[in-house]
Amino acid sequence: MRFLFLMTLCIAGMSATARADWRQFRGNDTNGIADSTAPTSWTDEDNIAWKADLTGRGLSSPIVVGDRVVVTCSSGYRQERLHVVCFSTEDGSKLWERQFWATGRTGTHTKTCVAAPTPVSDGERIFATYSSNDVVCLDLDGNLLWYRGLGYDFPNASNSLGMSSSPVMAGDTLVVMVENDAESFTTGIDPATGQSRWKIDRPRRANWTSPALWPGETPADDRVLVQSSAGVVAVVPETGEVEWTYADGASTIPSLTVSGNIAFVPSHGITALRPGQSNPEVPEIVWQEGSLSPGTASPLVHDESVYVFNRAGVLTAADVEDGSRQWQLRLKGPFSGSPVLAGGHLYAFNEDGLGQVVRLGDGKGEIVSSHSFDETILCTPAVSDGAIYIRSDGHLWKIANE
Amino acid sequence: MNQRVWLYAGIACGLLMTTVAAADETDQLIATIQQVGQQGEGHEQATAAVRELSQADPAALADILVALDTAGPLSANWLRGAFEAVAQRALENDALPAETLEAFVLDRSHEPRARRMAYEWLLKADPSAEDRLIPEMIEDPSGEMRRDAVARLVAAANQFLEDGEEAKATTTFRQALKGAVDDDQVKAIVKPLKKLGETVDLQRHFGFVTNWHVIGPFDNTDMKGFDVTYPPEQELDLSAEYDGKEGTVRWEEFSTDDEYGTFDIAELTSPYKGAISYAATEFVSPDGRDVEFRLGTANAWKLWLNGELLFAREEYHRGMQLDQYRVRGRLKPGRNVLLLKVCQNEQTQDWAQKWSFQFRVCDFSGKAILPVRSESAARESSTDGKPKS
Repeated sequence: MRFLFLMTLCIAGMSATARADWRQFRGNDTNGIADSTAPTSWTDEDNIAWKADLTGRGLSSPIVVGDRVVVTCSSGYRQERLHVVCFSTEDGSKLWERQFWATGRTGTHTKTCVAAPTPVSDGERIFATYSSNDVVCLDLDGNLLWYRGLGYDFPNASNSLGMSSSPVMAGDTLVVMVENDAESFTTGIDPATGQSRWKIDRPRRANWTSPALWPGETPADDRVLVQSSAGVVAVVPETGEVEWTYADGASTIPSLTVSGNIAFVPSHGITALRPGQSNPEVPEIVWQEGSLSPGTASPLVHDESVYVFNRAGVLTAADVEDGSRQWQLRLKGPFSGSPVLAGGHLYAFNEDGLGQVVRLGDGKGEIVSSHSFDETILCTPAVSDGAIYIRSDGHLWKIANE
Repeated sequence: MNQRVWLYAGIACGLLMTTVAAADETDQLIATIQQVGQQGEGHEQATAAVRELSQADPAALADILVALDTAGPLSANWLRGAFEAVAQRALENDALPAETLEAFVLDRSHEPRARRMAYEWLLKADPSAEDRLIPEMIEDPSGEMRRDAVARLVAAANQFLEDGEEAKATTTFRQALKGAVDDDQVKAIVKPLKKLGETVDLQRHFGFVTNWHVIGPFDNTDMKGFDVTYPPEQELDLSAEYDGKEGTVRWEEFSTDDEYGTFDIAELTSPYKGAISYAATEFVSPDGRDVEFRLGTANAWKLWLNGELLFAREEYHRGMQLDQYRVRGRLKPGRNVLLLKVCQNEQTQDWAQKWSFQFRVCDFSGKAILPVRSESAARESSTDGKPKS
């Protein structure tokens, strides 16, 4: 009997660790790389595990926490309703939904919406942010833990075109960028209470990028890289202290990515940075390649290649060592969401809802399948436990092998 | 027999005391949550309170709804979180208090958003409530309620059109227009009305302020003028002259006939770059009231009401939308003076040439508040002398 009990525990433990969460924008490590494979083809009928209806609008990405997938939406004529919706990964049934009232500005460009930032989870709680700069913290059952209105606290912290930066969980700090033309800042929030541990002034310039994690040798050495028109700063997540600064400018739309000990920054094309050796306050430029010009989608780095989509939808693979071009492949764009990588394949959804799967290897990329949901898709997919989660305004799909 | 009576009485007393204690506890939890302030103030206590309140029984729903009447924007969301957790559980247990919710919805003295939330939960228990309640809400204080009522009238009017009953269609579209505050609905009403030969004064419907005295340009080279206190910020004398960016400037009166109230400074004056103009107007209110000033502009701006700075926004060319900014203020009875500082930068792109604004005065639901011209206000205006043209 005791043996049976231990076996049950072991199996339960194995299944728990086998399930790979996708807890924030571009995955747990903010690099767009999944640790599982995913289907390499699907149609409206095949490999669609389920399809769920969504309310209002949303271009935030789904996140996956255990057996739950969470999305945010905004609704109402002025998008003043903020939704957090939780579905079962198993069958797509809605487990709960909570609504809140925006306390900050909700006007946006018509292409985007208030539910643009992707929520984040620490595995126990969900933190949802919106273009209105409201921050909602719920437990996994939908119970409210706390609520902040950063747009209410700081009424000039807004962008008339909309905000879209997704927060990240860095160690035990929720890092939220609220960067814009007027009252521009980034803040580190205590996830237990919602109170700010720190708030740093940032360049007064519209900024739609999201922070990225820079893993250190130990968790204490982890840093958050915050990108803006001015460049990039490495921030200590617990204190907000700026450890180093790259001050040569950067894009305000696609976000940098980190691979190994190098940050690949949309700056002068792509600029590869690593921590400075002689002066730790200034990073070292490893290489800079002006011909790599990312459009809206953020770059992705895997193995020996940097992958960049330009505005025309051309995918360029460049050598991670020096930025030199390896190959190019034209996909059907335009892309608002960023690509993700799973099982040696790159997954990219264009704005028309066309999902394109590119097999990588042998010094080239090859489109192995594509399928359109015929709905506008502006988000970055999530990949978890062998499945892809993707959403439009009206629907959330789980793509999984049957 | 006596023993049984005493037993029942004891149980009843116990239940009553438990109920009273629970109500007291609910009140205490709500009071704690209502202490939440800006920048995380009161979170330590409120996080514990909201957890507990979220576990309350359905009887707490009525208390939470009433508490929303006086809650601030932040604590309202904390209360909403608790309300929905309790309501969801009640719904699953078939214990949602539909009658309580409906009574709250029908009482227009309650906070409009709270009434709307109560209505949406009521629909989950009683979908027939929509047909019962919405048709009477064409002029409800809740913009969302009104929107639903307008949508029903628009659908009915379109059906009359399809059936060839133009007179009924016209009457019904007119009824719908009375309640319409959202531009998409207004457009959906005005377009068929115009086809039916009707005229609609959109400036009046939305309450656009279309007559302004303007002075400028003052210097805004390198966007440095935003924080400069030019003379119109110190005194509002419409007969005065000042040194401007390109010589002496004086107040001139302009008006716009754009149906959406766009007041195009570049077109009405000159498309100066690196420049600032001030626009002043008066708004005569029949009484003291809280209002929303709704502004659309692609330019940096500052707004004063009766000499008090209400808001300042330094953002250039991120688009111009109807009701882009919503600033609350309190009108005093009689004459109120509005002063707007509108800043243009030196960007050269085609899309960065706008130097204009739309301005209207509304209640919180977006319904226009129109100025009045009372005799007393006119007397006050003539004796006060500012602004004077």
